Amino acid sequence: MNSVVVSGSLRNRLVLTLIGGAAVLALILFVVVRNYAVLVAQQGQDRILIASATSMLDSATIRDGAVELDLPYSAFSMLSTAADDRVFYAILQDGTLLSGYEELTFSDAQAFQFDRIRGSDVRKISASRILIGANLRTEIQIVLAQTQDALSETLDQISRNAALLGVGFFALAVGLSFWATSATIGQLGKLTTSVTRRGPQDLSPFTKPVPREMAPLVKSLNSLMGRLDQSLRQSEDFIAEAAHRVRTPLATVRSYAEATLQRVDKEENREAMRSMVKAIDESSRAAGQLLDHAMITFRADHLERDEIDIVDLARDLVQRMTPIAEMRDLSLLLLGDPRVQYSCDPVLIQNAVRNLIDNAMKYGPAESAIEITVTGEPVPRITVCDHGPGFPIHEIETLTARFQRGANAANTIGSGLGLTIARDVAIAHGGRIDLTNQPEGGACVTLSL
Amino acid sequence: MKFLLVEDNHDLANAIASRMRLDGHVIDHAGNLEDAAAFVATGEYDLILLDIMLPDGDGRTFLEQHRASDLDTPVIILTARSQVSDRIGSLDLGADDYVTKPFDHAELEARCRAVLRRKSGNAKTTIQVGGILFDPVAGHLTVAGETVTLRNRELRLLELFLNAPGKIFSKNKLADRLFSYDEDVSENAIEVYIGRLRKHLSPSNLRITTLRGLGYRLDHDE
Repeated sequence: MNSVVVSGSLRNRLVLTLIGGAAVLALILFVVVRNYAVLVAQQGQDRILIASATSMLDSATIRDGAVELDLPYSAFSMLSTAADDRVFYAILQDGTLLSGYEELTFSDAQAFQFDRIRGSDVRKISASRILIGANLRTEIQIVLAQTQDALSETLDQISRNAALLGVGFFALAVGLSFWATSATIGQLGKLTTSVTRRGPQDLSPFTKPVPREMAPLVKSLNSLMGRLDQSLRQSEDFIAEAAHRVRTPLATVRSYAEATLQRVDKEENREAMRSMVKAIDESSRAAGQLLDHAMITFRADHLERDEIDIVDLARDLVQRMTPIAEMRDLSLLLLGDPRVQYSCDPVLIQNAVRNLIDNAMKYGPAESAIEITVTGEPVPRITVCDHGPGFPIHEIETLTARFQRGANAANTIGSGLGLTIARDVAIAHGGRIDLTNQPEGGACVTLSL
Repeated sequence: MKFLLVEDNHDLANAIASRMRLDGHVIDHAGNLEDAAAFVATGEYDLILLDIMLPDGDGRTFLEQHRASDLDTPVIILTARSQVSDRIGSLDLGADDYVTKPFDHAELEARCRAVLRRKSGNAKTTIQVGGILFDPVAGHLTVAGETVTLRNRELRLLELFLNAPGKIFSKNKLADRLFSYDEDVSENAIEVYIGRLRKHLSPSNLRITTLRGLGYRLDHDE
């Protein structure tokens, strides 16, 4: 059958786009949440540092002309954390270190800074206060720094949660994108199924509702089917009309020739009439078989199966062909099983068997019988045997090729398509035909389905 | 036998009719469905030969109406259509048989005979002459109280002779009537059939005479 060039998959493209989008969104979500958490946590630490520094500055007083500073316990206790963060401080008076770590340098503004003290990252705040006493004006400066272990622990926890949230969001989005994709593609699938399920003869337009986006596709499909239907019908009408116009005059000529043959006595005239009738028979038979063959090729490509009784079919055929067999004093015998149910295209099977019986009648000698045997086991099988000369042994292989006729068929009319038709029908049903000669003489053709 | 032939091609109709009359049948010809209906209304026919494509309609419509009005005259369809597509349809509509144009007249005759044999039941058309009782439809020949069923070729041979008593038939003419044109017929094939018929007819007053160099003739002894 004709193949379609496939370029990518709509489903994959849709799924990948949706998943990619979800991944980017999840990443953004994670970054935003984490940054916000950093901001909030840092603000908390900063506020405590300010409060602590302020309470230290508050404790500075001038007594007896000297600066007295009694660091309150609360100033340190409020800085204690679960992670036992270390606290560094430096108290300076007008730039001179009074107490604390000398690495801590004062920066002018009351500002937060990151710094590195003794191998630890710290958050640092500088604050100052001017003390005015009797003839004394001095500036007390405090630098307070704290490590960030507790903070990074909190941040790690928040990051983990944010990452978990991001992954969850991503997983949900992946699930949703698969669901959305199959829901969308499903509509296409439904349309495909309803196209596939149609019989080969069904060219009516689609009437089932489809999503708006698919409407143009279905519309052009319908119009294509309409045109196809019309052209098929036209060609069918044309064939019928052509057959009528060709066959009716042929029939007239044949009938006249036959009637004349009855009246004419001169042998050479009679011979001419006979040749005429033979030529007409040959051409009409060839035309008929060619048409049959074209029809069979078409039907075999679009096999429509019906559950039928093959014995019934064979019986009808035998009845229909008996008058012709009788003309040659041949008898048709139907043998085998009483009933063989099989799912097939009856028109095809009928045509194949008719061709086999036709052949058998051509070669069977007068007053002999043609046996048509239908059996159901192991596979449905129709055998047609005559008592004629049989097949030439060396030609059995080539006989079924199109237009090939046996060497012993020199005087028999036929276009040679009969066996080809039977073979094509068998193959269309997954079967085959076998040609054999009977030991006591006569040809047998077996159609196995 | 009385036949109605419905066929719009006058040449073909004439050819069929003349051939059928030659065989001793009565035949009426209708060129369209209207005439055909008129013929059916006024006369009784043993068999109708019906073309499908007619100037005033489809022969199958006529067939449907014919069957609907409870007439069981057998109908044989003459069709020019392709065999595969049309065969089943026309039989479903109640035709008894069909032949595809162009047809062998002998085949048409054989089909008519088969249909009539199927349909006639007990109504018998018999020919009684020279001490024989002959039923051409069933193919029964009764001579001296004994009935035999003739083979098809014997039957046709006897019919030929009975339709033209006293006429001389050459071997070639007989061969053309008994065998199809695609068959190889040996000289003595005819002699075989003549011999058989002679044997069947021997107790009666009918006799087949050989005229050397001319052929055969059916004589009626008084």
